[in-house]
Amino acid sequence: MPSDSAFKRLPATPSETVQLWVEGQAVNARRGESVAAAVLAAGLGPTRTTPVSGAPRAPYCMMGICFECLMEIDGRPNTQGCMTPVAEGMQVRFQHGARASQEETA
Amino acid sequence: MNPSASALSAVDDTAVADYDLAVVGSGPAGMAAAIDAAERGLSVAVIDDQPLPGGQIYRQVGDPVLQDRNVLGPDYYYGESLVQRFCAATVDRIDRASVWEAGPRHLCLSRDGRSRRLGFKALLLATGAQERPVPFPGWTLPGVMTCGAAQIMLKTSGLAPSAPLVLAGSGPLLLLLACQLLRTGIQVEAVLETTPTAHYRDALRELGGALRGWRALAKGMGLLAELKRGGVKHLGGVSELRALADSEGKLDRISYRRRGREQRIACRTLLVHQGVVPNVQLSRAVGAEHHWDALQECWRPTLDSWGASSIDNLFIAGDGSGIGGALVAEKQGRLAALAIAARLQRISDQERDAEAAPIQREIHRELAIRPFLDRLYRPAQEFLRPADDTLVCRCEEVTAGEIRRIARGGCAGPNQAKAFSRAGMGPCQGRLCGLTVSQLIAEAREVPVADVGYYRVRSPIKPITLGELAAMATPAKELGAHDAKPAPAADAKH
Repeated sequence: MPSDSAFKRLPATPSETVQLWVEGQAVNARRGESVAAAVLAAGLGPTRTTPVSGAPRAPYCMMGICFECLMEIDGRPNTQGCMTPVAEGMQVRFQHGARASQEETA
Repeated sequence: MNPSASALSAVDDTAVADYDLAVVGSGPAGMAAAIDAAERGLSVAVIDDQPLPGGQIYRQVGDPVLQDRNVLGPDYYYGESLVQRFCAATVDRIDRASVWEAGPRHLCLSRDGRSRRLGFKALLLATGAQERPVPFPGWTLPGVMTCGAAQIMLKTSGLAPSAPLVLAGSGPLLLLLACQLLRTGIQVEAVLETTPTAHYRDALRELGGALRGWRALAKGMGLLAELKRGGVKHLGGVSELRALADSEGKLDRISYRRRGREQRIACRTLLVHQGVVPNVQLSRAVGAEHHWDALQECWRPTLDSWGASSIDNLFIAGDGSGIGGALVAEKQGRLAALAIAARLQRISDQERDAEAAPIQREIHRELAIRPFLDRLYRPAQEFLRPADDTLVCRCEEVTAGEIRRIARGGCAGPNQAKAFSRAGMGPCQGRLCGLTVSQLIAEAREVPVADVGYYRVRSPIKPITLGELAAMATPAKELGAHDAKPAPAADAKH
């Protein structure tokens, strides 16, 4: 994973650090931030490939509109990474291709 | 103040809690409405999908992340006092919850993987704006994001985008974000303006209004000066924007046309913006009447001057009712609260009118700049009706050419387009293609967009599992029946 694509952390107010696991890799995040932000800060991704053509995608709108950041979070597929706050020990997996459309989403 | 503590404990998980007023969204409109309604003795629940109140504009302002308050500036921290008053109000705040359905007397919300109903006498939708979809070749590449997304990451994580960084598009947020990023000390390679030059002339016709809204105009001029002082390349008259990928499929450069020549810039992040439009997903799902706003190039709900929609006791305030900005949204929320209090006979119509008059004058003053901004920042045609090879529906990967083809083949509107092309059938439910698909069909059929209409939006408007639906405690009585325990004693004070 190229680290040059990592977003840069600016001087911030004090906060707890949370450790989560993204594709088996330990990632430190700021308590309160979203999974999508933590993944971008770690320079990881693309976070999914599309069911239609397998094209790589990554978080786009960060406010729950575009659904590009769908990930498997703690075993729950098709979860919006930008709407899910990080939690200690959280397990995050990227979604590939048609898997995203096979779940029991209403 | 403790903005992270929620009042959810007041509402148990199985019962239907009845409120005088349910508010969806705790941005400026929702917060202001809830504060005023609670002060008049209404029982109020406010549902928001984020952990902290503030909406996107005041996101995280109750627990600010960036050390340097200069980066986001005073317009952001203005939200602190509103959030404080909201957190001190006698209001049940239901955070981290998404509303996936609303009926005349109830809504359904999902929180922590469980769904339940919530009853109300009046409903206020304060769901705000979303960024206008910006389709252009390469907009789906990892590394391309919206300006709004980058600003949210500044507010919630203190994160700055990876370098090299380019901003491209049109609208006040483009300049504001460029300056905010500049203040963090990171390098901005270029800001590319796609505003067509003809729009500057067009906007001058509204100069009178702009001068009455001189504060906003002065802010804009200040941002331009700040970019110049910061040595940022700010290039006007840009067209034919394209994002190009490396061998891994990630953004590594962009191309564009300027002064007749094609240019390229290497970049890892491209932030795009073409203004904001009302988020009408929920107002459409409940069946409220909408109309096409030709100047703002978007749909908006049809409302009276109080924010009352075509559906009884359904009100809409803030940018979700039409783009006016945060200060207007706050005042519209207050107007809606007055109208709802009068409708529920907590105040007389005379009291309502007397209290509304100064608020209405302030709204009028704040909106003076809008005709100027709307004309100046109308998106260029290439983003409204993109070239054939551009993906329009990101979810189902449908191109503009495909939509044009089916429209010429007899597809009358967006709902048929779903069946013919799958556009709008993916997880975003048309949020990022709906405007474009309607525009493309209108263009191909040579009819106004208003005649073409929009996707029929159906509940659930947020994805929930069948298991969650099945687990919902379903009262035997008809939906919306007042079979609940009385409204819980509000204990949202901290």
